[in-house]
Amino acid sequence: MTDAPLLDVQGLRVAYTTRAGEVPVLTGLDLSLRAGEALGLVGESGCGKSTVALSIMRYLGRAGRITAGRILFEGRDLVSLDEGALRALRGRRIAMVYQDPMASLNPVMTVGRQLMEVPMVHERVDAAAARARALAMLREVRLADPEAVMDRYPHQLSGGQQQRIVIAMALIAEPALLIMDEPTTGLDVTVEAAVLDLVRDLRRRHDSAILFISHNLGTVARVCDRVGVMYRGELVEEGSVRQIFTDPRHPYTRGLLDCLPTSGRDKRHAPLIPIAGQVEPASARTPGCGFASRCPHVETGRCTTRAIALATVEDDAGHRVACVRVDELAQASRRRATLAVRDAQAPTAPVIAVRDLHKSYERRRARLAARKDVVRALVDVELTAARRRTLAVVGESGCGKSTLAKILTGIEVATGGSVTLDGIEVAALPVDARDRTLKRKLQMVFQNPDSTLNPSHTVGYAIGRALRRLRERAPADVPSGVARLLEVVKLGPEMAARRPRQLSGGEKQRVAIARALAGDPDVIVADEPVSALDVSVQAAVINLLNEIQAERGTTLLFISHDLAVVRYLADHVAVMYLGTVAEFGAVERVFAPPYHPYTEALLSAVPVLDPDAAASRIVLEAPLPRGDEVPRGCPFATRCPRRVGTVCDDVPPPVQQLDGGHRIARHIPAKELAARQVPL
Amino acid sequence: MTTPETLTPIAADVVVPSSLTTPRAGGFAGWRHLALVTESVPATVGLAIVLAWALLALLAPLIAPYAPNASDLAALARPTPSRAHWLGSDHLGRDLLSRILWGARPVLVIAPLAVLGAAALGSLLGLTAGYYGRWIGLVITRACDIVLSFPVIILYMIILAHFGSSAWNIIGVLTLTKAPIIARIVRGMTLDLREREYVAAAKMRGESSLYIMLVEILPNARGPLIVDMCLRTGYNVIIIGVLGFLGIGLPPPDPDWGGMVKDTYGMMMVWPHMALVPCAAISSLVVGFNLLAVGLRELGLRD
Repeated sequence: MTDAPLLDVQGLRVAYTTRAGEVPVLTGLDLSLRAGEALGLVGESGCGKSTVALSIMRYLGRAGRITAGRILFEGRDLVSLDEGALRALRGRRIAMVYQDPMASLNPVMTVGRQLMEVPMVHERVDAAAARARALAMLREVRLADPEAVMDRYPHQLSGGQQQRIVIAMALIAEPALLIMDEPTTGLDVTVEAAVLDLVRDLRRRHDSAILFISHNLGTVARVCDRVGVMYRGELVEEGSVRQIFTDPRHPYTRGLLDCLPTSGRDKRHAPLIPIAGQVEPASARTPGCGFASRCPHVETGRCTTRAIALATVEDDAGHRVACVRVDELAQASRRRATLAVRDAQAPTAPVIAVRDLHKSYERRRARLAARKDVVRALVDVELTAARRRTLAVVGESGCGKSTLAKILTGIEVATGGSVTLDGIEVAALPVDARDRTLKRKLQMVFQNPDSTLNPSHTVGYAIGRALRRLRERAPADVPSGVARLLEVVKLGPEMAARRPRQLSGGEKQRVAIARALAGDPDVIVADEPVSALDVSVQAAVINLLNEIQAERGTTLLFISHDLAVVRYLADHVAVMYLGTVAEFGAVERVFAPPYHPYTEALLSAVPVLDPDAAASRIVLEAPLPRGDEVPRGCPFATRCPRRVGTVCDDVPPPVQQLDGGHRIARHIPAKELAARQVPL
Repeated sequence: MTTPETLTPIAADVVVPSSLTTPRAGGFAGWRHLALVTESVPATVGLAIVLAWALLALLAPLIAPYAPNASDLAALARPTPSRAHWLGSDHLGRDLLSRILWGARPVLVIAPLAVLGAAALGSLLGLTAGYYGRWIGLVITRACDIVLSFPVIILYMIILAHFGSSAWNIIGVLTLTKAPIIARIVRGMTLDLREREYVAAAKMRGESSLYIMLVEILPNARGPLIVDMCLRTGYNVIIIGVLGFLGIGLPPPDPDWGGMVKDTYGMMMVWPHMALVPCAAISSLVVGFNLLAVGLRELGLRD
């Protein structure tokens, strides 16, 4: 390792040409990376993280242009290199892993050919040698049966396996620099944990430097040595993982950390503190600190007149902050927020009771085939949601969470079992057959902010229509009703005239919540309402849901794969696995030993901000079984780290009742489990 | 009680358009769309050609130098373009410029009307097929396939020969034969759009299927639909020309571009301008509609 950095970005400025003219996206970025070092870049979407990656690859596209600065890589300035020289570098010295593995792999080529291509093109080795290298690399990324994987096409692999292939492709040429842009964002937590562990391991073995871009601070803490926090095209703070996460100095970094539902926070005692406002468009840049408009410590004049450079924090080598008030703020304690404290934990009557619920889909093997496959989406689901409380349903994708929501809302009907909503049986009642009062009782907030609102309708129309349909409001009363609902979700009345494309993701989700509230429902089913949002926006929406529950006594059914959010928000939790409820109970009981081994695996997969966190976690290496591979006994048997024997494969686990309504379905007795498990 | 408190709610109802709601200058929505079209060169050129023809057709009674069916016996001897007849005259001594101007009128009425009819019928079929799926979708798509599998020219000849040739009948056949194509496009988009979460939200507040199809789904299919309608208007102009050429278009003696080619193409070797002028008129109008379609698609992709 030499003293000269491997990558040295100096005063990088990048602008995109849009209809409105040239918009600066990066405004004088400096960063450096030594050989073998891992630097994480974090920040909300739109702050220029990906642009940094694309600038280093010199892959900005037609609209982007580097207007100033230098990117020194191994002593050469990438900005002035020609296409031929860049081609020789890309893939060989600098490799990149993108967010969506399916888009990075060629669907018409076998995985093996794609892997072999890299050394064959860049190093001109023959096919046999390339094949040997590819196989070795597949073994390194811990793919079972590499020989068979070589002959597969990308669509025959799971998302986690695909991302491993992409990482193998990036590393096969032994690049000096590996750029990873949100490599685990689309993956389930358990898969994400396994991929992150892999990256951490490979780094040691290959001595590649890594530029790791993520909006998730936990994943960065798990992989990186140093962290750079970006805001509006600038680095606002930079330091070691420990410096950033234990002693953040910039108000933005502090704000980001205050938004995270880390362990120890809960909605009653330490609520999340969202950052005020939202990331302003790059075209609206003013001189001075980019964060000034949202900063709680802003001082007009000093903060807003001229550009603020990164400066090293006193007595803290390697920790640099771009804030003029850093010394005054050092002593200032972190903000604490108080929220309407909700009523005590007295148990309330169930409003939703689900018993023996089954849902299966039939699928013909082929057209005209007599045999039909039965896909069992829900098997014997049993749970209750208490009034005025939040029930969270968690599990990996494909576990049946969304199917459960569809049956509750009547978009699909169950094939067996019972669901009662306030005593009314609704399992077999499609939404068309429900009367107005029943429809009003239960409304839904959806996952995808881009598809939850009709792009052709104004916000006012969307909410107003719901008011008219569910409340039979006279047209004249609608505008005032819309304004009131917008106020409930903390939006101004002028929003009513906007269309969805003029709103940010968080605003769209607020409008969707207002629309769901129009009927004054007893129950709101929220299907991953915050998973597509940035952390600061996520915190605000979660707080909003909490406030609404406190004020209106709404029952929330919160579907999520994010255990950190669930632990923060929920009163009760149902952990689902392959259509069954593995564990159900109050949140403090479910998230404490004895756990179901699946809950234990999920919890240990949650990325934590602690740089000292031990790596002795449970990693599920086996993929989720396909529909026809589910064992007859315990559905989790194929992946369970605490298998006891063939009993797991053959006998469905008995449901064990523990204190306080806590239920676990597994073979190992609770006492034995509790003795072996540590709190996570 | 005119305290500020009582005034506030009224003020809140008056929606002030912020800078976000009106990204471009101009009050009337139509002008904004027009300003958008000018951002694409093909769309601007196409729109200019189409608007120019529409203007000429509209003003034909005022600006045409002669009555369209009036013969000038003097011109029979020298039908080539001259000061009296700018584009020359045809084999019966009728002024070509006047006939072209008057001939634009039926084309510019029939082609768009037929497209509107096809769009209405096709959207309804496509929405129904895509939204309900199952056997309804199957019946509709198969019926469309059957219509599309016919050789259209023969279909036109059979229908128009049987019912007689008139403007309304031409609109009718064009609607029937173009609707299946539009239905296919709309069905494809409906299959995608019906899975959107806002459709689920509409179902959950108890909207009727008709409302969901027309208010929630159809407006979001308008982009590709408008592009296709422009394209199809151009094709209709060609078909009207072909029908005129085959003698089953609009009845003579009123000018019809296709009919004008039919009457004079035999004299191509001697007086080429008699057939070429109406051909050029047809081509330019088709090119106009095509450029407009290409430009609109380009604009749609950019947003």
